[in-house]
Amino acid sequence: MSSFPIEGVPPGRPSAETRWRSLVGNDRSDRVYRNVLTGLALALPALILIILGVLFMGALPALKRFGPSFIWTSTWDPVAEVYGAAPMIFGTLASSFLALLIAVPLALSVAIFLTEFSPRWLRQPVGFVIELLAAIPSVVYGTWGIFVLIPFLRAHVVPPLKAVLGWTPFFHGVFYGNSLLAGGIILAIMIVPYIAAVSREVLLAVPGSQREAALAMGATRWEAVRSAVLPYGRAGLIGAVILGLGRALGETMAVTMVIGNRHDIGVSVFQPAYTMAAAIANEFSEATTHLYLSALFEVGLILFVLTVVVNAIARILIWRVARGQAVGSQAL
Amino acid sequence: MKLASDSRTVGPSDRAAQVSQTVRPSDRPTPVLESRAYNFWYGTNHALHDISMGIPRRAITALIGPSGCGKTTFLRSINRMHDLTPGARHTGEILLDGASIFGPGTDVVTLRRRIGMVFQRPNPFPKSVYDNVAYGPRLNALAHARELPDRVERALRQAALWEEVADRLREPGTALSGGQQQRLCIARALANEPELLLMDEPCSALDPIATQRIEELLVELKKSYTIVIVTHNMQQAARVSDYTGFFYVGNLVEFGVTQQLFTRPSDERTEAYITGRFG
Ligand SMILES: Nc1ncnc2c1ncn2[C@@H]1O[C@H](COP(=O)(O)OP(=O)(O)OP(=O)(O)O)[C@@H](O)[C@H]1O
Ligand SMILES: [Mg+2]
Repeated sequence: MSSFPIEGVPPGRPSAETRWRSLVGNDRSDRVYRNVLTGLALALPALILIILGVLFMGALPALKRFGPSFIWTSTWDPVAEVYGAAPMIFGTLASSFLALLIAVPLALSVAIFLTEFSPRWLRQPVGFVIELLAAIPSVVYGTWGIFVLIPFLRAHVVPPLKAVLGWTPFFHGVFYGNSLLAGGIILAIMIVPYIAAVSREVLLAVPGSQREAALAMGATRWEAVRSAVLPYGRAGLIGAVILGLGRALGETMAVTMVIGNRHDIGVSVFQPAYTMAAAIANEFSEATTHLYLSALFEVGLILFVLTVVVNAIARILIWRVARGQAVGSQAL
Repeated sequence: MKLASDSRTVGPSDRAAQVSQTVRPSDRPTPVLESRAYNFWYGTNHALHDISMGIPRRAITALIGPSGCGKTTFLRSINRMHDLTPGARHTGEILLDGASIFGPGTDVVTLRRRIGMVFQRPNPFPKSVYDNVAYGPRLNALAHARELPDRVERALRQAALWEEVADRLREPGTALSGGQQQRLCIARALANEPELLLMDEPCSALDPIATQRIEELLVELKKSYTIVIVTHNMQQAARVSDYTGFFYVGNLVEFGVTQQLFTRPSDERTEAYITGRFG
């Protein structure tokens, strides 16, 4: 083949020039393609800002009327036009916290088992099934909650809980069925796949040399996990948990179906509660007055900010693990 | 298996006797570790062929050979690091103090406490310098909390790292330079006070001064420990080791007293390698 022309392409051979252009990357179609992609990529952050703007505009009347006290007052009275979101904020945080309390040990155990202890042939299928759990529509979880979980709780879980811990305020009173407990458990089941899947990725990213370092010092398999693998992946694991929290905070359908939907702050997990997401979903169609609608917008704004912040923290932590690894290998 | 605590504690008189003793082929001490017709496979890759050798007690044994000849593979066999390698398989025996390291009576955790290892690539934990070195003593409850700082300092001094990190003990070990990390890993292994120390190219990332200090350390350590060191540095092998084994494509071509192997090699491949004609 003759030498490749860079300048002064002979007139009879235009294909060489086009080929050169596409090689150096200033082909016209390349440029168009790149611009379209850049535009699309920028559209997503813009969309977030637009959503934030719309929520803010919608919430403005309520913001003006109630000020910051909206967050800590508990009256929710559409007739008197007085709105306070404290019970929903409390319910959202309490149900998510309860969910984490149940889901984190479970999900971490699964991830540790899958990456460190399970036989190799079991890893893929079990990992696959766990990820499949995340694909079940939440209304299905909700239905299952109503027809299976709540009766089960009533028959087998609540009586022993009451017998042992009934004296504490958390397990006090009558079990309503639809309750904070049911909501928390449904949420826990729904976020286990997320936390387990991300934790598994994080643990897989821990270099084998870290395990070897611990084992060579005379650590057992479990000691190596506890003293070397988990600390190495710590930031990423916390990220996984916070990612689960983000999911739990925003989950709507399944929670609405089992949490009881009552504007009330109760310490007992047996009582009904409410979450921000559930309230928005339930009450939008009933919001007949301007201020009612605006109050719901403000609830949405609070939820949006909360979940965005939580997710951002999670991403940063997970990202730091990946980067920390690069820093470690740099020294070689 | 019983922990051979008697071989760990060396009395002062015993120690003095060791210092004055120079190793001759005739008075080769009883091997602490013995490999008998040991073969090793990574899946279908037959990496070690019939390795038979004895590692003499309280001496430095150097393993040399071109890249990929199986030095690391053999070293990692000794503390059973291959237990974790999928598809790994072996035949033959490796005996520590006469007992098979693969035997049903051998507890692999105890085995690894007795056999320390410094890996080819530094692998400090993302913990502080102090916690890295204190890892073994804490794990194995070797020291009281009160003695721990002394023990950490001693290990760091032995590894020629103390001066550089004395005021940085709380900083992460991963923030040290590559050569410092290598010495940190040496200190971490020393703090565990193993009977047998396996070192895979411990000086590959070190400058001549640090290398010299590590070599001095090795000579000091062999009064009470047994050391196996993999090195690509002929001078180093000649300088510090008492015995040398030459590996070539998975075979132990020659094993003997270092001076003899370097001056009068019996195999022509050994001669070619040590004179720099290949590898
Ligand atoms: N984990 C592994 N899986 C499969 N094959 C391996 C593995 N580790 C090493 N090998 C192969 O086994 C052979 C011996 O490798 P080994 O690491 O023991 O060489 P080495 O003598 O230590 O080399 P170097 O001087 O480069 O460190 C090589 O052919 C290598 O490709
Ligand atoms: Mg090697």
